Amino acid sequence: MSRSDAANAIPERDAGSPALRALTAAPIVQLEAVSKRFVKPLDAAARIANWLGAGQREQVVHAVDEVSLEVGEGEVVGLVGESGCGKSTLGRVVAGIHPPSAGRFRYRGKTFEEMNAAERRQATLEVQMIFQDPMSSLNPRLRVRDIVGEAPVYHGLASKAEMGGHVAEVLERVGLDPVFMQRYPHQFSGGQRARIGIARALAVNPRFLVCDESVAALDVSIQAQVLNLFTKLREQLKLTYLFISHDLSVVRHLSDRVVIMYLGRMVESAPARVLFSQPNHPYSRALLANVSSLASRHMRFAPLSGEIPSPLNPPSGCHFHPRCLHAGPRCRVERPVLTELGSGHLSACHLNSPGGVGG
Amino acid sequence: MSASSEPLLKVTDLATHFITRAGTVKAVDGVSFEVARGEVLGLVGESGSGKSVTGYSILGLVDPPGQIVSGSIRLSGRELAGLDDEAMRSIRGREIAMIFQDPMMTLNPVLRIDTQMIEAILAHERVSERAARDRAVEALQKVGIPSPRERLEAYPHQFSGGMRQRVAIAIALLNRPSLIVADEPTTALDVTIQSQILAEMQALCRDTGTALIWITHDLTVIAGLAQQVAVMYAGRIVERAGVDAVLDAPRHPYTEGLLGSLPSAATPGEPLRQIPGSTPSLGRLPPGCAFSPRCAYATAQCRTEAPEVSGQTLGGGVERQFRCHHPLQEPSR
Amino acid sequence: METPVRRFVRAFAEDRVAVLGFALFSLIVLLAVFAPFITPQNPYDLAKVDLMDSRLPPGEQTGDGYTVWLGTDGVGRDLYSGILYGLRISLTVGALSGLIAASLGMSVGLFAAYAGGRIETVIMRIVDLQLSLPAILIALILVAALGKGVDKIIIALVVVQWAYYARTVRASALVERRKEYVEAAQSLGLSSAAIVFRHIMPNCLAPVIVIFTVQTAHAISLEATLSFLGVGLPQTEPSLGVLIANGFQYMLSGRYWISSFPGLALLLTIVSINLMGDRIRDVLNPRLEK
Repeated sequence: MSRSDAANAIPERDAGSPALRALTAAPIVQLEAVSKRFVKPLDAAARIANWLGAGQREQVVHAVDEVSLEVGEGEVVGLVGESGCGKSTLGRVVAGIHPPSAGRFRYRGKTFEEMNAAERRQATLEVQMIFQDPMSSLNPRLRVRDIVGEAPVYHGLASKAEMGGHVAEVLERVGLDPVFMQRYPHQFSGGQRARIGIARALAVNPRFLVCDESVAALDVSIQAQVLNLFTKLREQLKLTYLFISHDLSVVRHLSDRVVIMYLGRMVESAPARVLFSQPNHPYSRALLANVSSLASRHMRFAPLSGEIPSPLNPPSGCHFHPRCLHAGPRCRVERPVLTELGSGHLSACHLNSPGGVGG
Repeated sequence: MSASSEPLLKVTDLATHFITRAGTVKAVDGVSFEVARGEVLGLVGESGSGKSVTGYSILGLVDPPGQIVSGSIRLSGRELAGLDDEAMRSIRGREIAMIFQDPMMTLNPVLRIDTQMIEAILAHERVSERAARDRAVEALQKVGIPSPRERLEAYPHQFSGGMRQRVAIAIALLNRPSLIVADEPTTALDVTIQSQILAEMQALCRDTGTALIWITHDLTVIAGLAQQVAVMYAGRIVERAGVDAVLDAPRHPYTEGLLGSLPSAATPGEPLRQIPGSTPSLGRLPPGCAFSPRCAYATAQCRTEAPEVSGQTLGGGVERQFRCHHPLQEPSR
Repeated sequence: METPVRRFVRAFAEDRVAVLGFALFSLIVLLAVFAPFITPQNPYDLAKVDLMDSRLPPGEQTGDGYTVWLGTDGVGRDLYSGILYGLRISLTVGALSGLIAASLGMSVGLFAAYAGGRIETVIMRIVDLQLSLPAILIALILVAALGKGVDKIIIALVVVQWAYYARTVRASALVERRKEYVEAAQSLGLSSAAIVFRHIMPNCLAPVIVIFTVQTAHAISLEATLSFLGVGLPQTEPSLGVLIANGFQYMLSGRYWISSFPGLALLLTIVSINLMGDRIRDVLNPRLEK
């Protein structure tokens, strides 16, 4: 079987696979119309100018705009988009680093307000984030032992005496020699630092990992090692992942379900196999058409026109309409709603609704 | 790749070493390749392979403690290695141009675009400022920047990342060079912008007959763009051939491993085929073949003896080269 | 094992001039520390100082029978002893005021960065105000109000210096706060105190160390200036500034040594600290580290 055939032949999932289990399991994370706004307030000078009639407005970035998403236990959801789409911000909302500006975030069915202190602490520990930049994601002044062991000791998962053993166990699990715990981050390669970041997250026994472009900065051969590690950990520890990436081939390899975002909004969501074979939304189609693959020799690139708009000043109605080949009058004024196309396939495009694009 | 006409660029046994107090780092150690007029060569490698330093060496941009210690770089028959700064400066920007990964390495943030572009033209030719301005507008149009005459008066920070890279490409094309060296220019850009720029580069090179050396770690980009591919590892080219030959039937285990570890090459859900270990530090290379510690097919000979370049002519003037004691067999078709 | 400290020392030592500065500074410190043992005279002991020995040129013998290699000053103090004892005071005042100012400024800077909003704005405006007033002016006013004495000088120098540290540490803290390892610490549920003191603060130390070396030199020079102007340390405990001031009247009459040698000692001290500080700044510069 040649390489291109292998890529196209997607096998049937067997009944015991994590993917099928996920579809029938209860959701572990639920986002209900979650929005995250970043507001740059007017400083004193601007306020004075306004008083004199300048009419300056605060700059508001709708980094995440009414996103509703559910992740089932044991599932891997791939979150894809380009710059300004809000996927990193959404990841941080899920990981608890940014509180949402609007909407509800439920963990195991409860919002943070509904939980008591112990449950809240448990929820904080169960959702961990793996970061992108191997350089700045580790504190350069601490030894690996302290980087990985600090949180477990702080939260009482291991005593100070047990810290060394606990750290050694976690390092072995990610494929690093425990003797490395005496060293400092600058003594490691990019791939090893990525593993240390994973170890740090694993040390507090998480159930849900948010991976924010965790392999983007790695070389191809190291990327393969780390992706295999993610798969192995998923099976061994029964983890759930929200895998954020701009690289469609990585997302396709790893995910059960794929969500595509554009300028803060969710535009399409579907099981991986469905999305890659039958993309519905014009943006998804353009994205998939532009993915370069090994098979495309001497390709004539048929690119998407236009620039990605700035999140500070998004287009009205459907954010994608300026670049969309099928845009109509309705697209300029009305924001499309996510509609179900069948078997878990959702898409936000007027082309799917009875009125069409209007006009 | 026609063997009959003289190649535009001929690099022979290039070696660029960095001599530091901690030891000598052999960033480029015996690299040879040719680029014909109008051809696109993809120079592929991971970090630490020496691909960027190769690009910088061609343009004479290697700063101390690095220097070209041996080898030759012939552009249209003229030797570039060892030229003094004056001579190099007249060639740079006129016959060879470079595009960097970060467009802010080309663009000065405090000068307007028109100032920078006109300056680039006037540095090599005596033309009137108006003629230079017209050429700048034409160049911006060619790279797909809307309303070029107005945009000329803007500053770099007023452009988006993709636009900035387009301006950098326009500057590279201003003086109609015969060769452009592009060092990962689209790596930091979004997928849709990347494909726009790739399409434009493809069209431009076709129209102007400019040769292109595209340095990248992304094999999929090379697949669509290049005619010739050279794979680098630890400062050496381990395989060099036409793009179809390298991607469909690699002879070097590293190329095979690289292709195999791509997610698109695996079935979803199955583990990726990974290359064990990591790239060696260039200051402390293993004896023998630099890839031998990670190679599944390594023998005792590989660990002691560094392989030389072996060639193979496939007929029709097409050739391929690789550095391996035990090259992989061609799959039977 | 390559700790960050060892890596720093190795990088520092690559510059021969900086190593020279360090050697010179170490020598000065040693001389100052062991002053009571290597000087023939304690210049603070007024009983030992004999007016008959005043203004002796270098190399002469005093009435007590020892050679004054650097001459004596206007009241008969051996300059060699005076300089070494004066160095003690200068170095102590410089270092102590620097340490106290650094601690104070760092706390204020970290607090401002952490608090944000109005509190941060108010604090930073106070810092700006402090920095916009000339150091000499503030020091003069304070010393005039507080009186003479080593402790009063240290207070004045601390007041003059803390703002530099506060501003730099706040800027550093704001940068570090955005970094991913701090987000990781938040995600791991660590307390704010742990994040500030264990994660952010150690990564803000680099610019503090650089400022400390430069400011110490500045403080020493400032103290000398105040003493020269007559408002610093008393005549009975002369620092280098006092010695220079006392000798000033003799400059034109040919008794150059009374001002020049203390001046030279001050110069060498400040230059050696600056040479080290330059190199430290280059080594700790995160851009160059890449």
